[in-house]
Parts: sequence; structure tokens; C-alpha cells
Amino acid sequence: MPKSNTILYLDGVSVSFDGFRAINNLSLVLDKGEMRAIIGPNGAGKTTMMDIVTGKTRPDAGEVYFDGQVDLTKHDEAEIAMMGIGRKFQKPTVFESHTIEDNLMLALKGPRSIFPALFHRRSAAEARQIDDILGIIRLGDKRDELAANLSHGQKQWLEIGMLLAQDPKLLLVDEPVAGMTDAETEETARLLRDIARDHSVIVVEHDMHFVRELGVKVTCLHEGSVLSEGSLDFVSADERVVEVYLGR
Amino acid sequence: MITGRFFAAGADRRIAITIFILLAIAIIVPLLNLAVSPTSAFYVPSYVVALTGKYLCYALLALALDLVWGYCGILSLGHGAFFALGGYAMGMYLMRQIGSRGVYGNPLLPDFMVFLNYGELPWFWYGFDQFWFAAIMVLAVPGLLAFVFGWFAFRSRVTGVYLSIITQAMTYALLLAFFRNDMGFGGNNGLTDFKDILGYNVQADATRSALFAASAVTLALAVFVTWAIVGSKYGKLLMAVRDAESRTRFLGWRAENVKLFAFTVSAVMAGIAGALYVPQVGIINPGEFEPSNSIEVVVWAAVGGRGTIVGPIIGALVVNAGKSWFTGVLPAFWLFALGGLFVAVTLFLPKGIVGMWDSWRGNARALRAASITNPINGEAGTDPAVPPPPKIVRSAARTPGDWSASGPEPQPAE
Repeated sequence: MPKSNTILYLDGVSVSFDGFRAINNLSLVLDKGEMRAIIGPNGAGKTTMMDIVTGKTRPDAGEVYFDGQVDLTKHDEAEIAMMGIGRKFQKPTVFESHTIEDNLMLALKGPRSIFPALFHRRSAAEARQIDDILGIIRLGDKRDELAANLSHGQKQWLEIGMLLAQDPKLLLVDEPVAGMTDAETEETARLLRDIARDHSVIVVEHDMHFVRELGVKVTCLHEGSVLSEGSLDFVSADERVVEVYLGR
Repeated sequence: MITGRFFAAGADRRIAITIFILLAIAIIVPLLNLAVSPTSAFYVPSYVVALTGKYLCYALLALALDLVWGYCGILSLGHGAFFALGGYAMGMYLMRQIGSRGVYGNPLLPDFMVFLNYGELPWFWYGFDQFWFAAIMVLAVPGLLAFVFGWFAFRSRVTGVYLSIITQAMTYALLLAFFRNDMGFGGNNGLTDFKDILGYNVQADATRSALFAASAVTLALAVFVTWAIVGSKYGKLLMAVRDAESRTRFLGWRAENVKLFAFTVSAVMAGIAGALYVPQVGIINPGEFEPSNSIEVVVWAAVGGRGTIVGPIIGALVVNAGKSWFTGVLPAFWLFALGGLFVAVTLFLPKGIVGMWDSWRGNARALRAASITNPINGEAGTDPAVPPPPKIVRSAARTPGDWSASGPEPQPAE
């Protein structure tokens, strides 16, 4: 399969921890501009896959390519982030002792070395970008509040906002609607669909209602490899998926 | 921007007040020592000048630790090593100023080298007859050690208690090395019997006053620098690394470089503190590398309130004043008192003196605000029928400038 038009290309990837095969001969291809939902039971290797893509974990075998040509197994977290892969953790991880605005400022795309940060002064363009993102994630009225004071759902949004500030080409979004109300879930689906217009996105989620809202191609992982792939209706009709994940 | 922040209210005003007080005592204390008659009630005895000058050096050391511990969560149990290295660099300069006035009268070799049958000056003592060279070494040696040590430790992602242990091992290794006579630093006895600094007698009242003033001004400058660092975007990043290191990595920041910069700056500050300390106490020996010294610095910072800049200074002054008093009255019990103090602070004042003050002030302000917004009863709180105003519980760091380590607990990502 040609890598040329892919944003993410995994082929034959395996990794094991203490003999346990978390990822087993996984192959997954994401086209440029595509949004993909990944489902699967606990321990299927969803988060480990994200760890491999973002450089946190090195695979034992297999190829991982970003943007058709960059071998991600040769780079570390910071380099991969700078190349344009943003990641939202399963548990919302924001800088709790900083304000919403400062959280976004630290995420904003720009030089990532010490001395520019030491003498950094906020430019009008940066202020505008922060305003835009605050509008998108609907936290404009809370800009000066500490991130610690946000609700769980708002923290999820702030983290998505931080991803947007990074302006990545590919977003990996791990369980964005965990702990959200139904209204918030719908709102988040709308937000992600907006983002997917000009970004490639991978969403890991258990909430089937939310996955349906997204309306994109679905990949079901099981025991570290792809069990089924296709539209949500196709995947949820698949006998094996019903067996291991959806239940009868 | 930076000046605007400097005169703003809240935590920033506290920094401004601290700097003002330090600059004021840098002028007033030497004046009261030198220009006031010893019979006057305002006279400051020379021993008090020397003693408080020493405390100010300790305060600078505590401030240096605060930068890495309070703002970046790196609990260094080896900061005494940087302090001692700065002190040794200054001590070497002072030794070479003795010249032929030593007991053995050798114009080139310090007394201990004559005593240990050194034929010539070891290479690493060259240049220390010049103050400027010694001054550069005061900054460079601790800075370089911290840089190399931090380079390896942070790149290997050694964190938490493991990092604390290896910093402790570092200072212990230096302790053992400096105890050896053939290291060329005076072994067990260290460096002492200093005569002159920059041509002035180190024992003279005027010199002691000048050293006191230099310590106070340096501390004021260090407060300003630390405040400027933690208020910058880098400072916010430093705290971000403390609270969620992996998040900063996935945003593209190199957390190891962020830590390395703070660790090196902090070590340089500790080295300066040591260099100011040595001429005021008149001796530097390997005992300064004792791991227990470094742990004491941690106690000062914890007592004062880490992550507050002003707190560790207050902690260093209070604990050392207590130590001077206690070792005079009940010398055998000092270590128990120190240990007890640390336990008590951890249990009852987890945010230290300054953190305690802040939350007390925060509550008082909330009470006042509640009584103003209560129009039914003019004197809210005095009437038992009025329910007590709700306590507004907020995180200690309320405003962006109000940095505090007492915020939410650091949360591991994933």
C-alpha cells in the first residue's frame, strides 16, 4: 500500500510488555484529512497505539510513518509534537495551577526553547489566536480562572483547545466525552466535526452514541490488532465485534 | 510591562516590599554599626552584623532551592554542595591574598600546602590571586556541575525521590573528596586564617559592614531575578512541568531543558551565597558538604513556604535565629527541635508561614466581602442570628501573579 497520501501509516506493529502483547501485528492507515473513530474493549491496545504514535513507547517491530515519509519510531515526544501530532489524554491533563489563558499560551504554536520563553512578550497575533480558541471551546468567560476550577467536561474542552493552539496536522483524541453530560457530548461531537474539516483526527471512544454522532469510518481493535473496519453500521453488525465488545 | 507588574498589588507588592526592606537594611545596618557610638541605644554590635550577614547568605541559598523545589518540584537534597563550591572558590582567592603573611611565610603557597610538602602550586590554584577570576569561578564551578549533573539526570528522566537521593549522593561524594589532603583544598581543615579581601582587612568592622551590605543587595537582586523568571512564560512552563510533565512533552516542550535551566540558575545562586558566606564566617571546610546541611535548607524553605519567593527567606532567617538562640540555651536539643519543627510544619503548616498567612488573609478578605454585601445587617457577624458568611475556599494561587506551590497536587498524566 502506498504511504504517499497518508497522514498516519502503521504496518505490522507489535509491542509487548513483560511478555504481554499489547499490540499485535497492527496495521492501520489514516488518509490526509480523515477522521477515524477507534473502538474496542478495555485492553485492546487503543492507548498503547497512541503511545507508539506519539513516541512514548517504542514498538518492538513494524513501521510507523507520519505524513508518508517521517519514521516516528526514530523520534521522541517533543519532536513528534513539533512535527504536528497533538494528543489529548484519556484523563484530562491540563496545567491546573495556571489560568485557562496561560494554559493556551503554553500550548500555542511557536518556538519551544528556553530563552525565547524567558523573554517572551505576548503579541497581538497570539492574543487573537487565544481569543479565537477560547471562543471555539466556549470558555471565553473563564479565561482568567484557574484550570483546577473547571468541571471535568470543561477540562476536556480546554485540553482540546490546547491541541488546537498547537495547530497540529493530526490530532489523537483519547475518550473526549468521558464524564460528560449528553448535551456536552453532542457539543463535543460538533466541535470535533468542525476540527476535522482541516485536520486529520483519530478519536478513541467507548460511547457508541457519540461515535454515531461523528459519522465517520470506525476501526474496532481487539487484543492489539484490527478486528473490523468500516462504517459504524457495518462494524456493529460484525459478529466478532458483537462477541467481544458490543455484547448481544 | 515588567515595571507595571512590579508595582501591582498582591504577591507582586510583597516582592517589591521585600526588595525595599533588603536595600534599606543594606544601608541602615552598616550605618548603625559604623556611624553610631557604641554607647547609643541604636548601635548595632559588630557580631550582630556578621551574624545577620551570614543569615542573609543562608536566605539566598534557600531562595535558590525555592526556584527548583517550589516552582519545578525538584527536591534537591544537595544544594549545600553548590553553596560550598562557591565558598571554596572564594576561599581560594582569600588564601592567596594572605601572601607571605602566613605562619610559614611562603609568598606563593598557602600554609597547608607548605605543611603537606607541596613543591609548587597545583594548577587549579592558578588565577585565584585575581578577584575577577575567583568571581567567575564562583559562578562557573557550581553552574557547570549543576549543568552536567542535570544534563544526565533530567535526560534519563530521573525524578522524584530517586533524584533527591542522587543529589544527596553528589554532595556526599564531594564531602569525601574534599576531606582528602591530596585534593589540594586543605583537607579536613579547609581554608581559613583569611587576611584581606580586595585589599581590606576581613576582620575590620567596615569590611564586615560592606560584606553585610553586599549580601543584602545580592539577595534583593536574586529576589528580583527569581521573580522575573517565575513570572515569565518560561516560569509558567516551569510550573507546568512541575504539575504535568508529560503534558508539556506532548506539547513539544523539552521538559529536561526546562528543568536544566532552572537547576543551573539555582546552583549559580547557591554558589554566590557560599562566596558571600565564607569571608563573613572566616572559614570554609568540607563540613559544608555535609548532607545534613542540604537537608536543613529544605527545612528552611518548607517552614517559610515553598514556591513563594519570600517564604524561604523568612524561613531561613527564622530557623537560623532560632538555632542561634537554641544552641546557646539548650545545645544538646537543637537537632530534636529542628526535627520537631519540620514535623510540626508538615503537619500543621503544610504551606509554610507565608502560605498560612495567605490563606488567613484570603479568609479575612472573604469575611469582609461577605459583611459588605450583607445589607440587612450593618454589622454582619456580630449578630448571632445571622448565619456566618460562607467561607470561600479557593486555591492559594488566586491571581496569575500569585504563584504558589500550594495549588493542586501534581497529577501524573495517564
